Amino acid sequence: MSKNMMSKSRTSVSRRGFLRNAVKGSAAAAAAACTTVVAAPPEANALVRPPKPLPPDAVGLLYDSTLCIGCKACVTACKEVNHMPPDVGPAQQGWNAGGGGQPIYDSPVELSAKTLNVIKAYSHGTGATKDAAENGFAFIKRQCLHCADPSCVSVCPVSAMTKDAKTGIVNHDPSACIGCRYCVLSCPFGVPKYDYNDAFGEIKKCQLCKQQLAKNELPGCADVCPTGATLFGRTEDLKAEAKRRTALKVGEYTHFPRGDIAGKVGGPRSGHEKLVEAAYQTHIYGEKELGGTQCLAVSAVPFDKLNLPTNVPENGYPTLSEGIQHTLYAGMIAPATVFAGLAYLAHRNTKNHTDE
Amino acid sequence: MSSHVKEHHGHEHQPLGGRVLTLPFLICATLVAIAGVILFQRYTQGLAAASNLNDGYPWGIWVAIDVVIGSAFGCAGYVIALLCYILNRGEYHPLVRPAVLASLFGYGLAGLAVLVDLGRYWNFYHMMLPWYAQPNSVMLEVGLCVATYTLVLVVEFAPAFLERFGIEGLRAKLNKVLWVFIALGVLLPTMHQSSLGTMMVIVGHKLSPLWQSQMLPVFFLLTAILMGFAIVVWESVMASLNFRRPMETPVLSKLSGLMLVVASLFVVLRFVDLIVRGQIGQIFGGPQSGWFIAEMVLMISGLALLIPKANRNRSRALFLAASLLLAAGILYRLNVYLIGFTPAVGPWHYFPSVKEIMITVGVFALEIALYLLFVKKLPVMHAVHPEHG
Repeated sequence: MSKNMMSKSRTSVSRRGFLRNAVKGSAAAAAAACTTVVAAPPEANALVRPPKPLPPDAVGLLYDSTLCIGCKACVTACKEVNHMPPDVGPAQQGWNAGGGGQPIYDSPVELSAKTLNVIKAYSHGTGATKDAAENGFAFIKRQCLHCADPSCVSVCPVSAMTKDAKTGIVNHDPSACIGCRYCVLSCPFGVPKYDYNDAFGEIKKCQLCKQQLAKNELPGCADVCPTGATLFGRTEDLKAEAKRRTALKVGEYTHFPRGDIAGKVGGPRSGHEKLVEAAYQTHIYGEKELGGTQCLAVSAVPFDKLNLPTNVPENGYPTLSEGIQHTLYAGMIAPATVFAGLAYLAHRNTKNHTDE
Repeated sequence: MSSHVKEHHGHEHQPLGGRVLTLPFLICATLVAIAGVILFQRYTQGLAAASNLNDGYPWGIWVAIDVVIGSAFGCAGYVIALLCYILNRGEYHPLVRPAVLASLFGYGLAGLAVLVDLGRYWNFYHMMLPWYAQPNSVMLEVGLCVATYTLVLVVEFAPAFLERFGIEGLRAKLNKVLWVFIALGVLLPTMHQSSLGTMMVIVGHKLSPLWQSQMLPVFFLLTAILMGFAIVVWESVMASLNFRRPMETPVLSKLSGLMLVVASLFVVLRFVDLIVRGQIGQIFGGPQSGWFIAEMVLMISGLALLIPKANRNRSRALFLAASLLLAAGILYRLNVYLIGFTPAVGPWHYFPSVKEIMITVGVFALEIALYLLFVKKLPVMHAVHPEHG
C-alpha cells in the first residue's frame, strides 16, 4: 500500500472518501468480472477447460431396455464374478434365522457397496404393456457408465480413482483411497458407493470386470444376458449399433447380437432375430451426456422416466471446476506473485512491530 | 508512529488468570466426553453407527458445519493479519492474538473433524505424498492448504507460548522470520477458502441454480472475510462481557465499516450472478427459494443495521449486526453444501442423527474449552491499562 496509508495525518473524511471510492471501484470491477465469467461462451471462457475425448479403444456396454426381460441373471453373475455379498432389500428380510443368520436371498433394489449392477423397473398405471410409458413397464440397468471425462477421477485427491488410458475403464484402488467420498458426492449418475456399516468400509463401483477382460472373458453381466440386452464391445461399435436400433421401425424383423458385438471377447456367439415391438426413443443415453460415456443405453421409454439424469450439459462438470483451478493456479504463478507481494508488505510492516 | 510506540512497549499481552474449572468449562468438557463415546462407536462399527450419512448425502454436517463453516469461523486470524500487517493498520493490533488463537482452534478442529468423517482415515497421509497426488483435485489443494495453514497458525501463535515460558532467544529469532508466516497466513486462506466454493462446482445440476455458479469461489472468499470480521466482533464483545473487560468498541466500529462493505458486495454480486445466469426467477417459488430468501434477509438486515454510523459505536447494535452477518454466512455455506443439494438418482433423505449432532457439538465444545483455557493461562488478551479503562 502507498505511503499515505501509513500516514497518521490523514483525516477521517479523506479516509472515508478513499474507502468509498475503493468500494465503488472494486464493486464495478467485480461485477464486470462476474459478467465475463458467467456469460462468456464456453470456448471463449478462460475458466472452462476443453472436454476430454474418449480413448479410441474405449470399451463399454450397450443396454437395450426393449430386449431386457428383467431376469436379473446379470445381477447374479455380477455378484459371482466380483465376489460381492448378497444385498437384502428391506421388504425381503427372512422370516427365520436360516442360513446361519446370514442373508441368503440377494434382492438389491439400488446400487450399493454390495451391488455393482442392478436392474430396476419402471411402471405406470395398469403396467400392462412392456416398454410403454403409459400403462406399461420397462427395465433399466444401472452400473458405472465409464465417462469420457469422469467427475470421480477429477475430484479424487489421492489418485485412487483412475481412468485407464487404453480401455477407458474407470478403476478404483482401495489401498490408496482415504474414504472422503467426494467421488460419491460428485458422480452425476450416482454410481460410486461406500459401505457405511463397515468400520473399514470401501468405495465400490463397477470396473467393467477388468479381471475378466484380462482373461479375454466377458464382463459377468454381458456374459450371461440371454437376450443380448446387455452387449459388450468397443464404444464406437456400440454407438453405431445403438444408432441402427434407434432408426428401426416397429414391425421390422432384425438381428440382435449377444456377448461381444465383435464376437471376439468370450468367443463368438449366435445372436437372435426378433420383431421390433416398441418404438425406440431417438435419444441414445450416454452419447452426449456430460461429455459422453462408454456405456450406452437405448429404450422405448424416455430416460427421465427411467430415473436417469437427462437435463444435463454436453460437457462434463470437470471442465468447469478444473477450468477455474487451471486458470487460477496455472504454473502456480498467481499464488507465487501474491505471496511475493504479501511477503514484501508483511516484512516492511512488521519492522515497526517490535513486540510481535 | 507515536501512537504505536505507546502500544508496543513491554508485555502488552497478559494471561487473564482466574479459575479454569468454571461451569462453562465443565459443560464443554462433558459435551466433549459424550462425543468421545460416540466416536468409539463410529470407529468400531462404521459411519452409519454414528450418523445418517448415506450414498445420496455422503457429506453431512461433519463436512458442512465442522469443516466448511468451522473453518470460516477460523478466518478471524486471516482478516486481522490482513488488516494489521498487510494493510498496516496498527490499531487492530490488540485483536491479533485472540483472533489467531480462535483460528488455530477453528482450523485444528476442522482437521480433526475430517478424520472423523474420512471413511478410510488410516490412509489420510496419502494426501501429503506426492506420488498419490492428483493435481486436478480441488480437494487436494484444499487439504494441503488447510494442513499448511494450521502449521502457520501454530507459528503465528508461538510468540504467546514463548513469552509465557520465557524463551526469549527463540522468540527473537522467530520474530525475524515471522513476516514469511504472516504472508503465508494471508495467502493460504485466500486460496483454500475460495476453493471450498470451487469444490461444489463439480456437483453440477445436483446443486440448485440458486447457488450453482462459476462464481462460487468468489462468494466463498467473501463469506470467509465477512465471517472472519463478524467472529472478531462477536468474540470481542463476548470476551468483554464475560471477562468484565472494557469494550473494544472504537476499533470494532472501524471493523464494522469493513463488514458493511463486504456484505454489500456479496449481496450485489449474488443478484448480478443470478441475473446474468438467467436464474433470477428461481427466487420466486423455485425449489429451496425459501432458504435463499432467509439467507438474504439475514445478510441484508445485518448490513442495514450498520449503515447508520451511530450504530457502529453501539456495542449492542454491533453485536446484533455481527450475529446476523455470521448467521447469513453460515446459512449460505449450509445452503451450498447441504440444503441446496439434491442427489442424482434418488430419492434419498438426510437429516443428521442425534449422535451425529453430538459429535459436531463436541468439536465446538472442545474449541470453546481450549479457548477458555488458553486465554486464562497464556498472554493472549491485550493488557488492560488503567488509562484505557
